[in-house]
Amino acid sequence: MLTLSNLSFQADQQEILSDITTSFPDGSFTVITGPNGGGKSTLAKLIMGIEQPTGGSVYWNDIDITNLSIAQRAKHKIGYAFQQPPRFKGMSVKKLLTLAHGKVLKHEQCCEYLSAVGLCANDYLNRDVDQSLSGGEVKRIEIATLLARDLDLAIFDEPEAGIDLWSFAKLVETFQQLHQNKKMSILLISHQERIMRMADEIVVIENGRIARRGDRDQILPSLIQDFNSCEYKK
Amino acid sequence: MHETDQELLAQIAGIRGFQPGTAFNLRQNGEGVERHSTPNIQITPKSDQPGINIHISAQTSEEEVHIPVILTKSGITDVVANDFYIEAGAKVKIIAGCGIHNDGCDTSEHNGIHTFHIGKNAKVTYIEKHYGEGNGDGKRILNPSTVVYMDEGAYMEMDSAQIKGVDSTKRNMQCHLKADAKLMISERLMTHGKQNAVSDVSVFLDGENSSVRIVSRSVGKDESVQVFHPIAVGNARCKAHIQCDSILMDQAKISSIPEITANHVDAQIVHEAAIGKINSEQLIKLETFGLAEEEAEAVIVEGFLK
Repeated sequence: MLTLSNLSFQADQQEILSDITTSFPDGSFTVITGPNGGGKSTLAKLIMGIEQPTGGSVYWNDIDITNLSIAQRAKHKIGYAFQQPPRFKGMSVKKLLTLAHGKVLKHEQCCEYLSAVGLCANDYLNRDVDQSLSGGEVKRIEIATLLARDLDLAIFDEPEAGIDLWSFAKLVETFQQLHQNKKMSILLISHQERIMRMADEIVVIENGRIARRGDRDQILPSLIQDFNSCEYKK
Repeated sequence: MHETDQELLAQIAGIRGFQPGTAFNLRQNGEGVERHSTPNIQITPKSDQPGINIHISAQTSEEEVHIPVILTKSGITDVVANDFYIEAGAKVKIIAGCGIHNDGCDTSEHNGIHTFHIGKNAKVTYIEKHYGEGNGDGKRILNPSTVVYMDEGAYMEMDSAQIKGVDSTKRNMQCHLKADAKLMISERLMTHGKQNAVSDVSVFLDGENSSVRIVSRSVGKDESVQVFHPIAVGNARCKAHIQCDSILMDQAKISSIPEITANHVDAQIVHEAAIGKINSEQLIKLETFGLAEEEAEAVIVEGFLK
């Protein structure tokens, strides 16, 4: 179980996240949503250790991981997919997947991970993860790196951003399968209704705080109502 | 052949000795020590100066020539001139390179001058690797000079790498391209400690539709210094693309000083250069796989210099 206790983060004397206290049960699929700049990505980075909180703690399976490095958290089977993944000159897709997996990958395994994100292994395995790939392709490879890992907690930061409609449908299928397997907890930042419809729970973060949290069926209608309201359209 | 010699050969050429079926010339400590020609590739010693002439006949197709140089004695300065005559239509792979093992206190230095005369429509792949090792205080110095004359429609791929152990290097390359000639240069360099590396590459695109692409990747570590000076001169309708990327680490210094000249209205010459430290997001990404920062750095550098 992931537990956040009074988690806060300040940058440039500005409060980005304030006093977040909540927990996410094992095997749960939680979508974190809310307006831009509300603190969603910062929360994900604090959990992965990419940013250090200015207050509060992060517990993973009752272990305080607040001061652990990114690599140490990775060894606790926590994974993170970037919203805008970096590119690597001279690193092939196969090499990146192998590094993610931690040991030699068979061709069939590479195929499995890449086809889950709508890419054909034969076309991509030997290509470098550099500027020759489109933003959408890099994004899908980023998601495949998480599939290649043996994770207990997978954090995805807006996985749908920059992905075309066909691939998005494939991605939704992949997340559904991941959730059905119940092997890992999923924390997914998204604005997509179709992804929210898969979630067990939805957490809405606004102005650095949890504004709403509840079952998908409880939260989603109110979000749609908000979206259609005059206030939101302003 | 001693174990050290074999190890050096393996480092610079991926072989541990003569490969049957290939042409071969091994130079060690300033002397030619083993030579084999093939019916298509004749290697003969020069009569007026140290070095060899390599004649590659038009019938040559996909053959290999190995011409490694190794220095295993401290205090040697070896100067050698090798000339390659590649007939029209030949297809050949030339694997050169120099390895220095210096356990002594004196400087070991190799200055190799390679001149290529590439005939019409010939296709040449040239691989050159430089490597240094040894426990002595003596410097390991390599100064390669390369001159290339490419006839009409000739094609050449040059891949040079210097990844480890050379204290000082000054590379000088001059290439002259006739019509439809195409040259691809890939240069990989890593310096560390107090090493110093200078690379001067000049390409003269004299013929219609000639083209060159230079890709230089380098990593500077510790207090090492690198200077790149690529020059492209377009004297006809031609294309040149020079790309220099460098990763800077520790207190290293890297300069990239391009010089591009168009002497013809249809000459298209582009230079791109980027020098910077390792992207922090790349490091973070690999750390999310469980790699420590140092491991992540090593993986990024290895890929960059691949």
